[in-house]
Amino acid sequence: GKWSRLAAQQVLTQDQLLEFDPLGNVTLIHITDVHAQLKPLWFREPEVNLGVGDVAGLPPHVTGADFLKLYGIDSGSPHAYALTYEDFTALAGTYGRMGGMDRVATVVKAIRAERPEALLLDGGDTWQGSLTALRTNGQDMVDVMNALGVEAMTSHWEFTLGIDRVNEIVESLPFPFLGANIFDAEWDEPAYEPYKIFERGGAKIAVIGQAFPYMPIANPGWMFPNLSFGIREERMAAVVQEVRDAGADLVVVLSHNGFDVDRKMAGRVPGIDVVLTGHTHDALPEPVMVGETLVIASGSNGKFVTRLDLDVREGRMMGFRHKLIPIFSDVIAPDADMAAVIDGHRAPYQAELDEVLGTTESLLYRRGNFNGTWDDLICNALLEEREADIALSPGFRWGPSLLPGEPIRREDLMNATSMSYPAAYRSEMSGELLHTIMEDVGDNLFNPDPYYQQGGDMVRVGGMGYAIDVSKPMGSRISNMTLLKTGEPIDPAKTYVVSGWASVNEATEGPAIWDVVEAYLKRHGTVSVEPNTSVKVSGA
Amino acid sequence: MADNVKPRVRVPKSAKAGEAIVIKTLISHPMESGQRKDKQGNPIPRQIINRFTCEFEGEMVLDATLEPAVSTNPYVEFEAKVPASGTFKFTWYDDDGSVYETTEAITVS
Amino acid sequence: GAGFAATVLLPATALHAAVDEALAKFTGGAAVGEGGITLSTPEIAENGNTVPVSVSAPGAVAIMLLAEGNPSPGVCTFNFGPLAASQSATTRIRLAGTQRVIAVAKMADGSFVQAANEVKVTIGGCGG
Ligand SMILES: [Mn+2]
Ligand SMILES: [Mn+2]
Repeated sequence: GKWSRLAAQQVLTQDQLLEFDPLGNVTLIHITDVHAQLKPLWFREPEVNLGVGDVAGLPPHVTGADFLKLYGIDSGSPHAYALTYEDFTALAGTYGRMGGMDRVATVVKAIRAERPEALLLDGGDTWQGSLTALRTNGQDMVDVMNALGVEAMTSHWEFTLGIDRVNEIVESLPFPFLGANIFDAEWDEPAYEPYKIFERGGAKIAVIGQAFPYMPIANPGWMFPNLSFGIREERMAAVVQEVRDAGADLVVVLSHNGFDVDRKMAGRVPGIDVVLTGHTHDALPEPVMVGETLVIASGSNGKFVTRLDLDVREGRMMGFRHKLIPIFSDVIAPDADMAAVIDGHRAPYQAELDEVLGTTESLLYRRGNFNGTWDDLICNALLEEREADIALSPGFRWGPSLLPGEPIRREDLMNATSMSYPAAYRSEMSGELLHTIMEDVGDNLFNPDPYYQQGGDMVRVGGMGYAIDVSKPMGSRISNMTLLKTGEPIDPAKTYVVSGWASVNEATEGPAIWDVVEAYLKRHGTVSVEPNTSVKVSGA
Repeated sequence: MADNVKPRVRVPKSAKAGEAIVIKTLISHPMESGQRKDKQGNPIPRQIINRFTCEFEGEMVLDATLEPAVSTNPYVEFEAKVPASGTFKFTWYDDDGSVYETTEAITVS
Repeated sequence: GAGFAATVLLPATALHAAVDEALAKFTGGAAVGEGGITLSTPEIAENGNTVPVSVSAPGAVAIMLLAEGNPSPGVCTFNFGPLAASQSATTRIRLAGTQRVIAVAKMADGSFVQAANEVKVTIGGCGG
């Protein structure tokens, strides 16, 4: 309630959140996977985040009470609220919303006031994820990140604006758009700048960009037809060598590989000092060490900013100090200049953003390896509005949460669905194809070799239950697929009506997913999403 | 003869004697595998580029045999070294007997 | 995610017979060793219709590529001439589903070495 909230705010102060005993001569500031979230929000961290093979039980595959224990965080504390899912609704009431790019601007300015040469790096997934980013083709985010003073970025969802728009923005940026692993598909030549060398604190800092490796697989390749991505470990090794030969004292990889891919790459490519990882949306309060390489995970949705101070001398990293700064929006004052930029972009859409479409009685969240309530709601809408037997909703990791009792405004719906290929298709699929799809997506998540993982969560399913053994190889993880409305097993030879959205296929037909969910919300008024008990997980 | 068959090559304009130079070649060609069927269900006959060669002043650099598993618009990249200035000759052999050629000169210092 | 591409897989026995046949034709039945050959493929194909494959075997006279899971495993053979600066080449190939790509090099002394990589051909969709 109000009293506890006031008390909590008295405990937390902006000075405490920013407190940092400076170290060395170099400061890096990292923010990633903002997904166009300009305003403070709720974002529940995952309850289920399984690691397989060598990384089982290692961060970031630690959640809830185990996470608190691992990092020595008190349950019920501000950090428990920011970093874990437990007691989320109650703690949200206590500590308030997180993020907001005007608060992020305050933090960045404060760090720069102390360390004028601090280097601000954006890990990508910046230009997509909201109504205003969709309507302005990413321009709101470009203007915000320019105002924030970003000095280099890498990318993933950026490319879903289409190659022409991406290149138009890249031309306009006052900083490089880095991607050592982005190649022209025809002649196999680098398509974007691979790295930039900055001179800061008397040191030469090479920042190498690594874009999301599975761009044309996880997102519609036809939107950027002449580009090839991939992990390209040998290319990374060659670029690290190139920047070392050019005199770099510190090598930083600004990566959108996802955590496990970066951990593997850091262990195999010599000469990387720091990996600023992104894509899998993990928020870790301490760096993970891979040999002498720091892997830093700065969360998503503007919830956190990482400050990393480094002592770089004689061509070596001699020491570091790190802080994952949680952006408590009621504690950190908004920066007025940034607030004006944000409000300027939102003003033309304000009425649309604020329109209430319904109310939720349940906590709505997405993040987690398997079904979350936001996607269960989307699946329910697809089943009803598209008259389908089975609904599929992609395992995206973006999309904020909503608390029980809150109105669902158009802004909230768009925060969970906003994208450039939203068609809600309706098609017939055999039980066999459905099984193939489930196995295929499962392998993208649970292949024991991280280089074969794509960094999304499991496809969310409505109207169908299944069991998954994450320890099994591809083709034998998924069993007991059941059509919920009849309780009958899915028959490989039978055909089912399936509705889903965000198909990577060109010319997919159907209404936009947000129109489907809006129609559903308007018919139901108030929605309540029951806990999903139809996905049985084992092998972890 | 397949329609719109157009070879393209990328060769550095100059190099040092004996230096390894990267050569990239592409030819626009459907590489019809012989395994596909048309809308009426009739097999579409195979028609591919089955051989590609690169020679320099009559000496072989690369002689490649291609099968239907090579992609549409076959791409071949390799490295050559040449002793003196001269001309590369690139040749693609089509199943239908057509032969496509292009040449590229290089100055060697 | 939901972009769906059907894959065609042959029974393992038929498949291996065809691979063995192609190998025997290239090697004349000689033993095939390992080492001295590097095969580079993407872990996951961006497009199964055009998968970049690079191979390098210093000192080879010829390198053959096979795609184990295709209806017909033959892909191509590179024969290196005296003006090849290295015994390496890159091409782009079709893969009908997840499978191993095999490269076999015939060395100047008549010996053979091979390397193989698994390439995953996936349905796609979804992401973080
Ligand atoms: Mn992201
Ligand atoms: Mn991403």
